[in-house]
Amino acid sequence: MNGLNEKHKPPRDQAAIWVEDLTVAYQDKPVLWDVDLAIPKGVLMAIVGPNGAGKTTMIKAMLGLVDPVAGRVEVFGKPFREQRRLLGYVPQRTSVDWDFPTNVLDVVMMGRYGTLGWFRRPGKAEREKAMHALEKVAMDPYADRQISQLSGGQQQRVFLARALAQEAEVYLMDEPFQGVDATTERAIVDLLRELRKQGRTVVVVHHDLQTVPDYFDWVFLLNVRRIACGPVETFFTEENLRLAYGGRVAILGERKPIADDAKSL
Amino acid sequence: MNILTDINFDYTLRIVALGSAILGALSGALGAFAVLRKQSLIGDTISHAALPGIAVAFFFTGNKTTTILLIGAALSGWLATLFILGIVKATRIKLDSALGLVLSVFFGFGLVMLTFIQKRPDANQAGLEKFLFGQAATLLAADVQMMAILAGVAVLALMLLWKEFKLLSFDEDFGATQGFAMNRINLMLTTLLVVAIVLGLQTVGVVLMSAMIVAPAAAARQWTDKLSTMVLLSAVFGVAAGVSGSLLSSRIPKLPTGPTIVLCISTVVLFSIFVAPARGLLWRWLRRRRNRRQFRAEAVLLDLMDMARHHPNLEHPHAAAVLHTLNLDGRAVRNSLAELAERELVRPAGAGLWSLTQAGIAEAQQLERRFQAED
Ligand SMILES: Nc1ncnc2c1ncn2[C@@H]1O[C@H](COP(=O)(O)OP(=O)(O)O)[C@@H](O)[C@H]1O
Ligand SMILES: [Mg+2]
Repeated sequence: MNGLNEKHKPPRDQAAIWVEDLTVAYQDKPVLWDVDLAIPKGVLMAIVGPNGAGKTTMIKAMLGLVDPVAGRVEVFGKPFREQRRLLGYVPQRTSVDWDFPTNVLDVVMMGRYGTLGWFRRPGKAEREKAMHALEKVAMDPYADRQISQLSGGQQQRVFLARALAQEAEVYLMDEPFQGVDATTERAIVDLLRELRKQGRTVVVVHHDLQTVPDYFDWVFLLNVRRIACGPVETFFTEENLRLAYGGRVAILGERKPIADDAKSL
Repeated sequence: MNILTDINFDYTLRIVALGSAILGALSGALGAFAVLRKQSLIGDTISHAALPGIAVAFFFTGNKTTTILLIGAALSGWLATLFILGIVKATRIKLDSALGLVLSVFFGFGLVMLTFIQKRPDANQAGLEKFLFGQAATLLAADVQMMAILAGVAVLALMLLWKEFKLLSFDEDFGATQGFAMNRINLMLTTLLVVAIVLGLQTVGVVLMSAMIVAPAAAARQWTDKLSTMVLLSAVFGVAAGVSGSLLSSRIPKLPTGPTIVLCISTVVLFSIFVAPARGLLWRWLRRRRNRRQFRAEAVLLDLMDMARHHPNLEHPHAAAVLHTLNLDGRAVRNSLAELAERELVRPAGAGLWSLTQAGIAEAQQLERRFQAED
């Protein structure tokens, strides 16, 4: 299996993100253990694994939001610190207080703050970029809306727009499909495909195993250690899922037994 | 002679009112960020942690000039915030526990130092106890001048770093991905908060100063959904409380200024919590009552519709008494029927009987469709 994995590893300088020997621990509990990962440019990749597998931590480590105990992260062949502008982050929707006194446009403009740098205030150019990003997720009519008045799906789309406004090369999204309505789910899928068409790389922590083959072309199975990584058709297998989820494969859904799922691949 | 003391009095009052206004403005503006970051306790910790700084500054310099004592206060308040940030980063201890821990250790040490200093021969002149509950009357023109300069610098910094502070308060992780050193921004915001707190110590004291951080912001939040408006309003509330508190305590003998200012801001908070539109409890209560009434009326209308189905004629009248058994609460049914009648959805048919009108039937059918769609 490892041999197969190796075959799908792009050369280091061609990878959008290259992770080597990554180990992350909170206090003394290891959450990620010696993870290697190479994400080819232009793929739509799902990160899949059970709760507490370290998916969020993995994304945060690639963004430099947690300090690894060991390991290295490179973005397009350079240390990520020099490439921050190229990474767009869509955190879990529930990670912020949506009762914060601000409106939709203001939040989306935060995607331009990095380019603005210290002290400079957002102006007309930033406003236009933010509006443009809002249009892409069909939220432009809500630009002046208080964020506390948004539905869960709308909140998610605002977060996506904020990342789009950054015009990044690689997008890292943490469970964007979590608890959203069907319209938003559709809108997100369309957006992911459009990003891929533009040649951008998108990494998505994804919970719904049923839709993985539909939405993604690359998959990374993770449970503290790397289980497998590569094209969905080759690596999203029953065996790998069993390895990732251990005895808890029932997560695959009560409606469909796992055997059916594997066959449908 | 009389006139002279009066002028004197007015002069003192003006100094006190001006000082209180400055302290209210600054603590209000910076408190808004503390409240939005759910770090209300940080004000409490910093102000209590300032006490040992005051005591130590006096102990080593033997000097009781306000400036020197407040520099000590600022240093130990700032040291306390460094401890808090360090504890949270390096250990499993959560922020609120770290705050409580640092507060008690620093404040306890401060009280011990105060007691120790009391025993020294020059203790009587030190008057350090004034920093416990504040003593506005000791404010000098020079003190207020210093407050004004520091507050001006703090406001400038706040304006310059507005975008960064907003980012920190709303989404710290995202800020880091934008390439900002978020811990540096955090340290700057906290430093400004220390300045705001230290400026209030002489007037309000370490014990009550945290109220001046939390209360104006909590009141302002009730009135607006815009960050800049909230910060501004919070500052205005702080000024209003500062000025009215000093005026009140000057009119009524033996009313201490600091606690009176805190009472004033508490009144503003209570008022805001109750009557502010949208967020105020009063309006929420009224809205909820209206919703409940409408819900009850709809239920009664649907019950009538159910009963009418047993007859070929949908407008067949039914006894309100039956509705009572369906709904238990007789008075609510009567009110609902009255309301429905007013909207011409039902009409009384005499002898306690009620029947649906054509409009009522249409409305009931529409409600049924809506409930079905929701299922
Ligand atoms: N800040 C933290 N401090 C301590 N433990 C944490 C922290 N964040 C996450 N963890 C732990 O690390 C493990 C992995 O978490 P996470 O990366 O959020 O997993 P996932 O996103 O796959 O559900 C979990 O066991 C979680 O409890
Ligand atoms: Mg997660």
